[in-house]
Amino acid sequence: MLLNDEVGMLRKVPLFSRVAPAKLKLLAFTSDRVSYKEGQTLFHQGDEGDAAYVVLSGTADILVDSAAGQIKVAEVEPNEIVGEIAILCDVSRTATVRASAPLEALRIRKDHFLRLLTEFPEMTVEIVKVLADRLSHTTAELTAARSRARQANS
Amino acid sequence: MERSLARYIWIHTWRQQLWILFVVALSMIPYFMSFDLPKQIVNGPIQGQGFETPGATQPFLAIDFDLPLLGTVHLFDGFQLNRTQTLVGLSLVFLALVIINGIFKLYINTYKGRLGERMLRRIRFELVDRVLRFPPGHFKRVKSAEVATMVKDEVEPLGGFIGDAFVTPAQLGGQALTALIFIVLQSFWLGMIAAVIVGIQLVIIPQMRKRLIRLGRERQLTARALSGRVGEIVDGIGAIHINDTSNFERADIADRLGTIFKIRYDLYQWKFLVKFINNFLAQVTPFLFYLVGGWFALQGRLDIGQLVAVINAYKDLPGPLKELIDWDQNRQDVQVKYQQVVEQFTVETIIDQKRQTLTVDKVTPLEDALTTSSLTLVDDSGAKLLDRVSLQVHPGEKVAIVGTAGSGAEALAEAFAGLIWPESGRIAVGNRDLLDLSESVTGRRMAYASSDAYLFQGSLRDNLLYGLKHAPLTEVQYDGTSATRRRWNVDEARKAGNPDFDVGSDWVDYASAGASGPRDLYHSIRPVLDAVVLSQDILDLGLRSRVDPGLHPEISGRIVEVRGALRERLDTEGLSSLVEFFEPGAYNTQATIGENLLFGAATGPELTGKELAGNAYFRAVLRQDGLGETLYRMGLEIAEQAIELFADLPPDHPFFQQLAFMTAEDIPEYQQLLQRLRGKPIDAASDEDRARIIKLSFAYIEPRHRFGLLTPELMDKIVAARHRFYDGLPAELQGAIERYDPQKYNTAATLSDNMLFGRIAHNQPDGPERIRSLVRELLDTLGLHDEVLDIGLDYNVGVGGRRLTSAQRQKLDVARALLKRADFIIFNRPLAALDQRAQDVVTRNVLEEANRSGRNPAILWVLPNPHLADLFERIIVFHSGELVEDGTHETLKKENGIFTRMLA
Repeated sequence: MLLNDEVGMLRKVPLFSRVAPAKLKLLAFTSDRVSYKEGQTLFHQGDEGDAAYVVLSGTADILVDSAAGQIKVAEVEPNEIVGEIAILCDVSRTATVRASAPLEALRIRKDHFLRLLTEFPEMTVEIVKVLADRLSHTTAELTAARSRARQANS
Repeated sequence: MERSLARYIWIHTWRQQLWILFVVALSMIPYFMSFDLPKQIVNGPIQGQGFETPGATQPFLAIDFDLPLLGTVHLFDGFQLNRTQTLVGLSLVFLALVIINGIFKLYINTYKGRLGERMLRRIRFELVDRVLRFPPGHFKRVKSAEVATMVKDEVEPLGGFIGDAFVTPAQLGGQALTALIFIVLQSFWLGMIAAVIVGIQLVIIPQMRKRLIRLGRERQLTARALSGRVGEIVDGIGAIHINDTSNFERADIADRLGTIFKIRYDLYQWKFLVKFINNFLAQVTPFLFYLVGGWFALQGRLDIGQLVAVINAYKDLPGPLKELIDWDQNRQDVQVKYQQVVEQFTVETIIDQKRQTLTVDKVTPLEDALTTSSLTLVDDSGAKLLDRVSLQVHPGEKVAIVGTAGSGAEALAEAFAGLIWPESGRIAVGNRDLLDLSESVTGRRMAYASSDAYLFQGSLRDNLLYGLKHAPLTEVQYDGTSATRRRWNVDEARKAGNPDFDVGSDWVDYASAGASGPRDLYHSIRPVLDAVVLSQDILDLGLRSRVDPGLHPEISGRIVEVRGALRERLDTEGLSSLVEFFEPGAYNTQATIGENLLFGAATGPELTGKELAGNAYFRAVLRQDGLGETLYRMGLEIAEQAIELFADLPPDHPFFQQLAFMTAEDIPEYQQLLQRLRGKPIDAASDEDRARIIKLSFAYIEPRHRFGLLTPELMDKIVAARHRFYDGLPAELQGAIERYDPQKYNTAATLSDNMLFGRIAHNQPDGPERIRSLVRELLDTLGLHDEVLDIGLDYNVGVGGRRLTSAQRQKLDVARALLKRADFIIFNRPLAALDQRAQDVVTRNVLEEANRSGRNPAILWVLPNPHLADLFERIIVFHSGELVEDGTHETLKKENGIFTRMLA
């Protein structure tokens, strides 16, 4: 896949849909193109976050360590971004991401990503939207889980 | 040190000075004779005195003395020569005297020079020797650059002066006096004129020069301060950048230079004024000679020969006189310099020479306890760091010292290492005071590591083994010229009061590290490096370095085997997609086009990156089958893309790191180039432009840059060009490149490149790390680990070890302390640069390593926090300079004191 195709893929990522194509090309050029086999991990929970990944093809599982072992909490599909939380908040990885099929991705380094955010406010707004969306999802799930727990206790 | 320079010189060189004075006195005889000769030549053969009758002869070389009481004694009647023969004879005598005087001068000057240089060597050595014996606290007040300037520059003029110290006044005074006496003998009144003017010169000039000396002293002090400040700027460059104080430093330096300029300018003005007056006085004398002497001659009270001789003799008077005055000035100047330097190197308590005596023999282990009794330590301001602490550490005890910042724990460790001296109380081993113990005991049987480790510029190995270099242990066998040279070195060193220890000997005390020689040293080094978790770093340094096969035949000889083994490992691990190997007949897509074309590592300047595109032979190879044009088109395309991507970015944007083709500064240049060349045929471009465009294509890697420019046909063409390139390689380029050969070690490539013999795929983000760990495993299985470690230990650590990270420096310092297997090992928060987890690991490892194979040293470890204290059998807690708790982990936990509070 060439740079120009990657730009096409990036445009389909909601996060980047409003960014000018020339800037997307720059983003693609300065990112590393990486490929993973099925079962290979992109990163481990607890690692230091140094990059975010945009999945170009293939899928991956998001896994979280718990007392009962690893739990799959979500799946990443093509045109999705993963791993951005750790580089935005300067925390260690909150989950493990493992390829569930041969996977191609663009690896955007932390400093490049942050630089892009300061230079393109429209990207920042998009990021906020995506994060807020996830937060509301999580909150809803938490509420549901708590009410279930209360029902089970009573 | 002796305060008076004259006495210092006399004490060390009086024999030589007396000898040279004698030689100088001897040289006066031919010197005086050469004065009298011109008169004889002019009056005798030329003017005809004694040759009034034709055929008259005169005795030549008659030797007779006028002795009082005895009258004239005839020793030799001489040869009877006529007028012409006498002229020739006397002229030949004149020539002989010139030669004799010259030889005397040569001998005296050489002798003086050697004398001076020896003394200079002695002074310099004595100064450095004193630096080695300064008390540790003194170094807080001296600037290293100033000390260096004093040793190097400020004593330099002393060397020149020492040879002249006694000889010059004698010689020049003798010469001046001889000339003066001669003139007086010729004519009393002319002699008096000369004497009066000489007297004026001798009185006035030194008076005027006093000011010069004062200025000279100021110049010395300001120049020394300047070099101290420059040294500070270099050492503190980080602080300057961080605080934006570069202009403050500029102002300070400019101000100092201004002061120095003013002093120097004053100096020049005054110096030339003195010179003017001196010259004037010297020239007034001949004026009087011509006037008065001429008048005497007219009156017939002086013959012409006498007048010529007087004027001739006078020519020799101002010279010595001026030099004599110069000498006097030099003497005062040098005396001032010497005193200044001596003052700087005089400290109240200097370490006794006896404590640093060279000890070759093995030092007996310390079997007594290390005790402090009422030990009080203070810092420079007088504040108490430690207040009347008494404690005892027995051999073999493992003690953790815990304390808050400023608790005094670190000061105690420094005191044990002799870096702070007690204000009151004492530290002793058994009943011997630590400050009386020879350094050969404290430096070998005690070890110390702290966080401010100092490394010397040199290899990692030098620094690791530094703690073992106490004495020259081997007698080096010299033969032939080197033996002569060594003898000369020893002889000269003794004459200048220097020690004659052989620096070429092997100073490393292998036995104390538990080895028998350099061969099995790695058995001792490796566990130590493993303990401080440094072996991998050193291994990586070894892998990244270029290895000389002559020095390491083991690894370079087995490179084919290593490559095969690595490939096999990759296959069995299912990682073969990680690396694309170099194949002489195939294109390597993970390498740049340039690499694929050359298929070798450049060893000379002709074929390295920048020059490659302009190299005539290389261009000729490309021109065949149109490859050059293809690459040119490709370069244009790359330039278009790069400019499209990067033209809007500010030059300091981090994205530029990703742009392998050009730098931010190149962008405008390539923009212009593109405007000129776009849409034009290749012939329209000049040779230089063409090279600049083609160069871009050399850095291109398809999987990384993804412009879609590489076709299978192009790859084939490049491989074909590669073969053409080597087939016709001209002789002058043979040495500029080393071809990748699967069967051969490539000296121009790094060791890891040689082992891999390929490129790691760009789409494998963890590729390099996985390859590294595979390589390390492989080295162990192949038994090459120590060899690569050895190569890594060759790494030069740079000034103060700055080419290593601070964590690496601290680990190295700990390794150094472990390696000498001391009886007391003191660790003073030695791993501050490591994170907590790594500190834990290293601390555990080090305790284990120190006790390995039956060794049982006492360890005192100042811990940064108490949670590792349970590794130690005894814990001592300090709080604001006092020892507050002392016991085992259990007892302290029960006590519920400061220790438990710190643990919480």
